[in-house]
Amino acid sequence: MVEYQGKAAFGGIAIGKIVEMGKKEAVVRRWHIEDPVQEVERFHRAKETAAGQLQELYEKAQREVGAASAAIFEVHQMMLEDLDYIDSVVNIIETQEVNAEYAVSMTGDNFAEIFAAMDDAYMQARSADVKDISARIVRILAGKDTAEKSDEAGILVADDLAPSETVQLDKTKVYAFVTRFGSTNSHTAILARTMNIPALVMTPVPEGTAGKTAIADGFAGKLIVEPDEKTLEFYRARQQEEIEKRRLLAELKGKPTVTKSGRSVKLYANIGGVGDIGAALQNDAEGIGLFRSEFLYLQSDTYPTEEEQQKVYRQVAEMMAGKKVIIRTLDIGADKQIGYFNLDREENPAMGYRAIRICLTREEVFRTQLRALYRASAYGSISVMIPMITSLWEIRKVKEIVAKVQQELAEQGITCGNVELGVMIETPAAVMIADELAQEVDFFSIGTNDLTQYTLAIDRQNEKLNPFFDAHHPAVLRMIEMTVKSAHKAGIWVGICGELGADTELTETFVRMGVDELSVSPALLLPVKEKIIGCE
Amino acid sequence: MLSFTYTITDEMGIHARPAGLLVKKVKELDSKVTIRRGEASAEGTRLMAIMAMGIKCKDEVSIEVEGGDEEASLAAMKAFFEENL
Repeated sequence: MVEYQGKAAFGGIAIGKIVEMGKKEAVVRRWHIEDPVQEVERFHRAKETAAGQLQELYEKAQREVGAASAAIFEVHQMMLEDLDYIDSVVNIIETQEVNAEYAVSMTGDNFAEIFAAMDDAYMQARSADVKDISARIVRILAGKDTAEKSDEAGILVADDLAPSETVQLDKTKVYAFVTRFGSTNSHTAILARTMNIPALVMTPVPEGTAGKTAIADGFAGKLIVEPDEKTLEFYRARQQEEIEKRRLLAELKGKPTVTKSGRSVKLYANIGGVGDIGAALQNDAEGIGLFRSEFLYLQSDTYPTEEEQQKVYRQVAEMMAGKKVIIRTLDIGADKQIGYFNLDREENPAMGYRAIRICLTREEVFRTQLRALYRASAYGSISVMIPMITSLWEIRKVKEIVAKVQQELAEQGITCGNVELGVMIETPAAVMIADELAQEVDFFSIGTNDLTQYTLAIDRQNEKLNPFFDAHHPAVLRMIEMTVKSAHKAGIWVGICGELGADTELTETFVRMGVDELSVSPALLLPVKEKIIGCE
Repeated sequence: MLSFTYTITDEMGIHARPAGLLVKKVKELDSKVTIRRGEASAEGTRLMAIMAMGIKCKDEVSIEVEGGDEEASLAAMKAFFEENL
């Protein structure tokens, strides 16, 4: 087993035999010609043929990989018409009285060198384009119609691939592109991306590997030749995951999350920071069901200011462009220590001074966050969710503070959006009084991690308790069902944002219970969506 | 001869495709067009020479037109740069 580290140009895993693309730069012979005029004529005819071929390639690329990627062949056509290029070829033929093949090849090399020497990665990559059009004319002059092609299926290894070669390849036979040279900026890399084929560049794999089994890891930029059984097994599993992910994406992206009987379930994403939004949107999140605001506090050495917080909340709201963003207020405690909060050590932090209990005793911290949230609400659809509620008075107190904050903002002439206020149902106490809580708020979101731990009195971190732990314990499922019933009776919606929400074994159960929304981590959005669509 | 200066706003600078479009446009005009940046210059009909200038975003270039209907050519070039670069 030998590993060759290159540079990743497009992610993906390919396993298969190596197919080597022969060196295409055959030596171009130079010979004396008697009639330069006729030779120039021969060059012009070859150039016309080349232009025609490029037009065909342009059209093929436009159909198969889209207009943006096809544009390179338009550029090739223009390069072919470049006056300096033509002048140079004609000049070499006329003054040296040599064959057109040689003149074209020399000219191509000279221009390629100019681009290769530029201090701009994009322009450097253009040198391959000049070589590509020159090689095409030389081939036509030599009476060969097309570039060398391989019909074998496998991982394609080559020095470099010209864009025209890349687009002419039979996509179903190329598992991955691996080039010894090239760059992540090259058109081959760009085409690989649009063709969805893993690609590696600058990979120092020696010649003579043809026919050997290999793994191309387009994420790590690695080519592993003759992998051992263990490595193969590992990559087969990863490849399977990848295939599954892509299948889901292709099948489900853009589809509404609706059961067979037409009931729609909102599918939202859990995120821990602005950086997760990309993944959420890519996987079709219809909103953010849980935005953990803790990171703002954790990454800071002192209390984040209203301004700092407002900026982040606003950014999330704007990036989600009007889709719902549910932000959970501060949820820290003795288990998630933050120095400047100066929290005492506790015997039993899970049941200690945390979350809303801190917010209600240190009102100024809470008010700062609420002000930031309500100010940001003018820029999108923000909802506020309160964690660790156990008593009715707590939510009433929260509402009092919210009302004061809103009044203050109004007095300052600051406009706010329409903010839904909800509570997290994550204690058995909250479940038992859910009917009363539902009278006070706009929605519930069930935090199954804490609800499970408090219901079963089992600490998930304690491995010794594993035999006693049952993620699907009927007590927990009944708690969820009770909560849903209480919510619906009061006419508010209810979602699940804990880990159970992403448990596809339970999706059908939740749909049947009438859960209105599921919020899961971005990577699990599509598997859950598939499950929901399959429900009656 | 007429000329104007222009600061490139396209993030990629004058890369291959706009350079190609520029050449196409220049060939439609009846004036000689020169692209200049500092000491370096290229004729507006010469694609690779323009590309080889490596003109980047925020670079200031001057565009000169000479001969033919200079006013019309200048206007056409101005419109082209503003729209594409």
